[in-house]
Amino acid sequence: MTNHYIDFRNADVILNMGSNVAENHPVSFKWIQAAREKGSILIHVDPRFTRTSAKADIFVRLRSGTDIAFLGGMIKYILDNDLYDEFYLKNYTNASYIVNPKYGFDDGLFSGYNPSKRSYDQANWALEKDEKGIPKQDMSLQNERCVFQLLKKHYSRYTLEKVTAITGTPQEDLEKVYKVYGSTGKPDKAGTELYAMGWTQHTVGVQNIRAMSIIQSLLGNMGIAGGGINALRGESNVQGSTDQGLLFHIVPGYLPTPRAQWATLEDYNKTTPASKDPRSVNWWKNRPKYVASLLKSFYGDNAVKDNDFCYSWLPKLEPTQDASWLNLFDEMFKGTFTGFFAWGMNPACSSANAGKVRQALGKLDWMVNVNVFDNETGEFWKGPDMDPKKIKTEVFQLPCAAFLEKEGSISNSGRWMQWRWKATNPPGDAMPDGEIMNELFKKVQALYKKEKGPFTDPIFNLKWDYETDGKFDIHKVAKEINGYFLEDVPEHPFDKKAYKKGTLVPSFVFLLDDGRTSCGNWIYSASYTEAGNMAARRKKDDPTGLGLYPQWSWAWPVNRRIIYNRASVDLEGKPRNPNRTLLKWDAENKKWLGDIPDGPAPPMSTNGVYPFIMKPDGVASIFGPGLKDGPFPEHYEPLECPIEKNIMSNQRINPVIKIFEGGLDSFATCDPRYPFVCTTYRVTEHWQTGVLTRWLPWLVEAEPQMFCEMSQELAKLRGIENGDKVLVETARGKVAAIAIVTLRLKPFVVAGQTVHLIGLPYHFGWLHPKDGGDSANLLTPTIGDPNTMIPESKAFMANVTKLTKQPAQKVKKA
Amino acid sequence: MKDFTRRDFLKISGVTAAGLTLSQLGFDLTPAQVYAAELRIKGAKETPTICCFCSVGCGILVSTDKKGKVINAEGDPDHPISEGALCPKGGSSYQIAVNDNRLTKVRYRAPNSTSWKEVSWDWALDKIAANIKKSRDKSFVEKNAEGKVVNRTNGIASVGSAALDNEECWLYQKLLRSLGIVYIEHQARI
Repeated sequence: MTNHYIDFRNADVILNMGSNVAENHPVSFKWIQAAREKGSILIHVDPRFTRTSAKADIFVRLRSGTDIAFLGGMIKYILDNDLYDEFYLKNYTNASYIVNPKYGFDDGLFSGYNPSKRSYDQANWALEKDEKGIPKQDMSLQNERCVFQLLKKHYSRYTLEKVTAITGTPQEDLEKVYKVYGSTGKPDKAGTELYAMGWTQHTVGVQNIRAMSIIQSLLGNMGIAGGGINALRGESNVQGSTDQGLLFHIVPGYLPTPRAQWATLEDYNKTTPASKDPRSVNWWKNRPKYVASLLKSFYGDNAVKDNDFCYSWLPKLEPTQDASWLNLFDEMFKGTFTGFFAWGMNPACSSANAGKVRQALGKLDWMVNVNVFDNETGEFWKGPDMDPKKIKTEVFQLPCAAFLEKEGSISNSGRWMQWRWKATNPPGDAMPDGEIMNELFKKVQALYKKEKGPFTDPIFNLKWDYETDGKFDIHKVAKEINGYFLEDVPEHPFDKKAYKKGTLVPSFVFLLDDGRTSCGNWIYSASYTEAGNMAARRKKDDPTGLGLYPQWSWAWPVNRRIIYNRASVDLEGKPRNPNRTLLKWDAENKKWLGDIPDGPAPPMSTNGVYPFIMKPDGVASIFGPGLKDGPFPEHYEPLECPIEKNIMSNQRINPVIKIFEGGLDSFATCDPRYPFVCTTYRVTEHWQTGVLTRWLPWLVEAEPQMFCEMSQELAKLRGIENGDKVLVETARGKVAAIAIVTLRLKPFVVAGQTVHLIGLPYHFGWLHPKDGGDSANLLTPTIGDPNTMIPESKAFMANVTKLTKQPAQKVKKA
Repeated sequence: MKDFTRRDFLKISGVTAAGLTLSQLGFDLTPAQVYAAELRIKGAKETPTICCFCSVGCGILVSTDKKGKVINAEGDPDHPISEGALCPKGGSSYQIAVNDNRLTKVRYRAPNSTSWKEVSWDWALDKIAANIKKSRDKSFVEKNAEGKVVNRTNGIASVGSAALDNEECWLYQKLLRSLGIVYIEHQARI
């Protein structure tokens, strides 16, 4: 999130699209209600009518997988009706920037497409720069190659007629939403957008969010109270786990994972983003300090300048290797791995094409499964259609402590890092995960000391000193993440003050690239300082009155509660909306008042800098040349869709997605065997694959089993009645469910034909509860967004038929 | 009738978690209701934590008895986001702690076996360490086909976890990367 949960109350219009906030983030809905009580408007755009729709002032349906068409129409409406915020557009976005003449777009393809590689040469989309290397601009926005004119041209194609034909949303509904949301383009109005996996789990997932970012930039809604692009993330610490680099492509703090072509630290640092524009802060220019400090936190005293801080010890990816989830399980299926950790995860139910994952687990020599409860991954070898006697995989199932049985911090979607205290001991032999990791590393290190092995330097010399009096101490890890001064710094370059060896750094601006500081994750630097554990703070002062609560817990970065907040002021530093003052310049004392600003520089009129400090150009990207599938979002159909031809172009699907074929991967589009659009989702009473909630009796009583929602029209067509047992099938697998025939779902009219939608929750699994049913992910395809490789679980094609008997699938009880 | 909050009552009883500054934003309950609540968590220690389910980050107060057993878990009225509210999942947290189905033993399933065997931590961690070493040593690549230093193992993969605390996530990636593992993924990708 750019903003945070309480900030919903500061919005004039709340667009919930790509999520169902009332049911999946229920407590946050109180802040939407608080906004509505003051007259704010809630819009819900979704394929299904949910409890969010029930509370919404405007509810509009769209077909799953057509969000870019819907939002493209909104961009056109905002431009056609001059609803945009011209000041913001000219000063804080790249609308005025000139794109080089090689950029082009024709029939669904941007310039630079290579069909054999299914990829683009992004150099074709570069911005033009002057002789000093500064982007060229036309502040009149009239140049035909300026971003604003290219935007107009691109979205002129998204007419109401075409958008309706694609989305199935009636024109009057489109106009209603466009008009109300477009009303937030005035400086004293704020519009916010809340999304979740309804936007990410598509082959155009990133571009869904990009499309909304363009709208928010046009309307001046970024960096203000009540605005922003707000991902309602699905897990309590999925923000933190991403920040800490538990993904193949990033190490902690969003630093790129080293690759083979960057042989030395110098090579790696050459990839640091650069800007020649004096008005652009380009905060990422500081990356070399963060990398050096990270390496010090890994390898301690062994890491010195002369040995590149042991940079060569970090494992390197191949130059273009993608080791993300779908590829990982594809490699496992092919037998690449002998060992596997499923630590606090249940991929046998959570992964797209879960049937393939279950088979892949049988190709391992060993697996370690750490969890609070038993789960379908740990027990895969005795699941449906499995013969344990034929499965060689050794499985270790390690019991871990639940959240209330240990101490540590988690980061919510608003980037609030909140400390948890330990209430009780874990049961039996269960241990906190951190202690398990500590014990395991010590065992591995001892074994390598006893027996020889390849390249033991990083194992023998890893800085691993997280015990106090012989016991694992999570505070030591928290401090390691914050960072230390490793030597006396008599006169720090930042503030000319002296800092003592062994003390905690006050924040990341004190990190150095010469080995005198360590820091496990620069964005968390300032979270645990000599002043104490900031995440544990519980003071409730609210000086701005906007609900920022700056002394409750701590937010990254540097306790900034709304990022890019300098976009909320004018060129003199005065708040553009005086009714919601997030930040203002105190000219007399030469300092900012309010939220923690994005850097201390003065307002733009007095030699200041652009507000979007993490962007190399310093401004919001209406034109985004960095993505794999184009600088402007374009509508493509999902991999599996109900119409033969994309109404927008001759490119049916996103031209750069990777197609997985063979083995257990198959797909079927416009196939009469699978005539219905299918989507997956969550219910309030369960969480993810149900790995916790399916074991809690109160919740199982409320939501006991797998169901399939369908419209009355579809039920009639298939002779299905409410409560019937049905079978849902796709090209990958089949799942039995109880039919819920409901008014909440309605058929769509798409390109003149009737399209039906069915929906299933993905919380269930064969293991528990008895007769609860199996995972909806047995149905979903192995296909991902080209930028993130997040699977397309929200739009695929399925069939549903009435079952007269129990399905043939065996269901075993643990 | 005098306004009486449960928080006031707890303060008088002196049973709030030591060392924490809890404000007086409490439930407005009548004295009779306060008495009922008091019976339920009499003598209990309250520990603040944050819910483990979605990413809103609601506050939970966990009550434990003198033996440390969880006897109640409910919304933290002082928490600025949740203000004492919890959804059905967060409101069921008590059942995570007090649950006969919890995994309480280390279990091992041998190749081609049809059942689990309970084992000790020491035995399991020794054997896992030996497996890691075997897989790593067999697959370790110091230089790739082009002769570039890569120092990685392609033999082991990991998924997890957004259910871990920040400090555990950081420690986990450090452990995995020290072994040369590059196939590191988790919930954020799906």
